Amino acid sequence: MQTPSIDAATGDVAAQHTQHPLGLYFKVWGLLFLLSALSYMVDLFQLQGLLRWALILGLMMAKAALIVAVFMHLRWERLALICVVIVPPLALLVLAGMMVLESDYVFAARTLYFR
Amino acid sequence: MTPGTQPPGHGELPAALSADAGATAGWPGMAADMGGDRAMFRVPWGKAMMWIFLLSDTFIFGTFLTGYMSVRISATTPWPNPSEVFALTIAGTTLPLILIAIMTFVLITSSGTMAMAVNYAYRRERRKCALLMFTTAAFGAMFVSMQAFEWSKLIEEGVRPWSNPMGAAQFGACFFMITGFHGLHVSAGVIYLLVVARRVLAGRYEGVGADGAGNYDIVEITGLYWHFVDLVWVFIFALFYLW
Repeated sequence: MQTPSIDAATGDVAAQHTQHPLGLYFKVWGLLFLLSALSYMVDLFQLQGLLRWALILGLMMAKAALIVAVFMHLRWERLALICVVIVPPLALLVLAGMMVLESDYVFAARTLYFR
Repeated sequence: MTPGTQPPGHGELPAALSADAGATAGWPGMAADMGGDRAMFRVPWGKAMMWIFLLSDTFIFGTFLTGYMSVRISATTPWPNPSEVFALTIAGTTLPLILIAIMTFVLITSSGTMAMAVNYAYRRERRKCALLMFTTAAFGAMFVSMQAFEWSKLIEEGVRPWSNPMGAAQFGACFFMITGFHGLHVSAGVIYLLVVARRVLAGRYEGVGADGAGNYDIVEITGLYWHFVDLVWVFIFALFYLW
């Protein structure tokens, strides 16, 4: 794997266009195919419970990480940009967490009073 | 832009507007702050702007998916089983989720051809680059067509944004909103790709840039948008269709 060739003297932007062999993209492509196929198998074999959820979320995150890191080149970007892209979505995870608790409560209230 | 044209220079700012005029207050001060030409990210400005746009889009899709999750958890009527809803019968065998699986593979493949287009852009092989971008657009169009087929099938089966015959009424609203918004992004992306690919082929980006070697940043920026569309589908596939 190549590291970015940043022009040390100028920190020049133009020098940052990292060149990768095409083979890297084919490898990632193949890996994404494989991970998608595995996700599909989870449904095909009707796995249930915690195993199903661990597999669905794990495969989802692996695919997302591959796309963002390699296809979107984030791996080879400057740390300032990586932080700007990665940190704010963590706020979304907090929102999702709070909404799980809230919707569990709404479900309980609906079953008790409105059914 | 004609070849060799440089962006307007910022070297001739009046003294009051230069970046070191820290004490300047009011509107001139704000103008100095905003126009100080201080680059935070040291990447092409278009790339930084695309990342920021994609971050805003992440929040839109993130809140959509979170809203869908809340609605689904709190629904007291049973949620339709996506595995069955999106099954297709091909040659006598019913395959669960098959159309969605094919759509996923089509979109991933389009992401692969796009990544290769970016690679060829930086190698200055503009014909190969344009060809790969057209291929990407074709896969995108294929994806949207399959989505149109999926939508028509569901509408035919009586699914509406306010009701559906298979269970929880909220299913329709979530389905049409989330997949519709994603489909809109794919359609816009296809147009974006076609426009940029045509310009790449016409040689518009040849001979521009600081060293006159051609500036193909736009291909990478278009690529960022396209990969993002694929990225969002990863989440929709997992959270909407596999749940």
